[in-house]
Amino acid sequence: MEHIEFEYPNAQRRITNRAHVGVVGSGDMEVLFEPSEGAGAQVSITTSVNGFRDAWKAVFDRFFSKFDGSVRIQVNDAGATPGSVLLRLEQAVEALGQ
Amino acid sequence: MIETNVIPAFVNRGSFIELNGRERAQALFDKGSWRELVGPFDRVQSPWLPMQGVAPQADDGCIVIKGEIGGKPAVAISLESAFQGGSIGEVSGAKMSAALDLAARDSAAGKLTAAVLLLETGGVRLQEANLGLAAVAEVISSVLHLRQYAPVITVIAGTVGCFGGMSLAAGVSSYIVMTREARLGLNGPEVIEQESGIEEFDSSDRALIWAIHGGEQRVCMGLADALVEDRTDEIAAGVRGYVAKGLPDEHRSKQVALYRDRIAALDASAQIDPLQLRQQWGSEKSKGETR
Repeated sequence: MEHIEFEYPNAQRRITNRAHVGVVGSGDMEVLFEPSEGAGAQVSITTSVNGFRDAWKAVFDRFFSKFDGSVRIQVNDAGATPGSVLLRLEQAVEALGQ
Repeated sequence: MIETNVIPAFVNRGSFIELNGRERAQALFDKGSWRELVGPFDRVQSPWLPMQGVAPQADDGCIVIKGEIGGKPAVAISLESAFQGGSIGEVSGAKMSAALDLAARDSAAGKLTAAVLLLETGGVRLQEANLGLAAVAEVISSVLHLRQYAPVITVIAGTVGCFGGMSLAAGVSSYIVMTREARLGLNGPEVIEQESGIEEFDSSDRALIWAIHGGEQRVCMGLADALVEDRTDEIAAGVRGYVAKGLPDEHRSKQVALYRDRIAALDASAQIDPLQLRQQWGSEKSKGETR
């Protein structure tokens, strides 16, 4: 198991909702979006698969190239592939809007 | 030629099994009447899994929803089968028994509150073994307390089935609703094979497993009450029916003499045939609804 954290200080848009999607099942993950307490966005990942920090960084860099919400994101991961991760993040953004 | 109208009917049936644990629980309630208790944002999660290198889940795989079913107060406790096989740990067990105890407290105060247990579980979570076992004992005593006032309805829908300690909770509940795909048993097929050998039980023989543990067999033997299709509306209607009906005349687990006599009458010298057992046990006295 590995714990990974990232910061995206440029994500400044105020978010008021929360969103929770996904399940920590094999090849899947859950993600929780909440309004950030400070400025920017914070990402905290707990993953059961070690050694993929660079892949997580690439996925979140890509996600925050389009998303600018000031959120606190927590991911609990059970081996989701980068594609699934991005889909879950996009699903959470959709849920935020509802 | 492909009958095109058949496929949409099957696809659009609204599968219950394909929903996740949270959606299953939500689907049972009257629209707009429910709210979730101790949800994922409360982060009441297992402290034991991360110590053993396993990623936790923010709700510990146990979803508690309070609301109304058919206009009557009810609470649903749903186990997420995709997270650690729906296993019961310290936190998920505490959520389950606390929800049942609150329902019992309300019921005792005159506000009858039924409970629905959505049990998709292999039983105790091995990473939290002793705490999980204690949780099972607490859940069973909470079910026994609540069922004096209001019905406890167990639903087993998916193919994970309901095994181990949680099968005991199912056993003491007022009603059991199962699909054909669901399975119910104390020991799972692989456990039996491991303990007693492949001659005793071949866990790769799916036809054998469903002939013994499957929903149809359980209902026809009178050990479960209703056999339903994997349709959300049908399962929700079944649950609504039992909430409206209230307590059974006599709980199955109180019919000790009946089942003791039945077990005593079994001839174990020859292999017992599942179909024959249905004929012997599926009597009116067992209160099973067969179809």
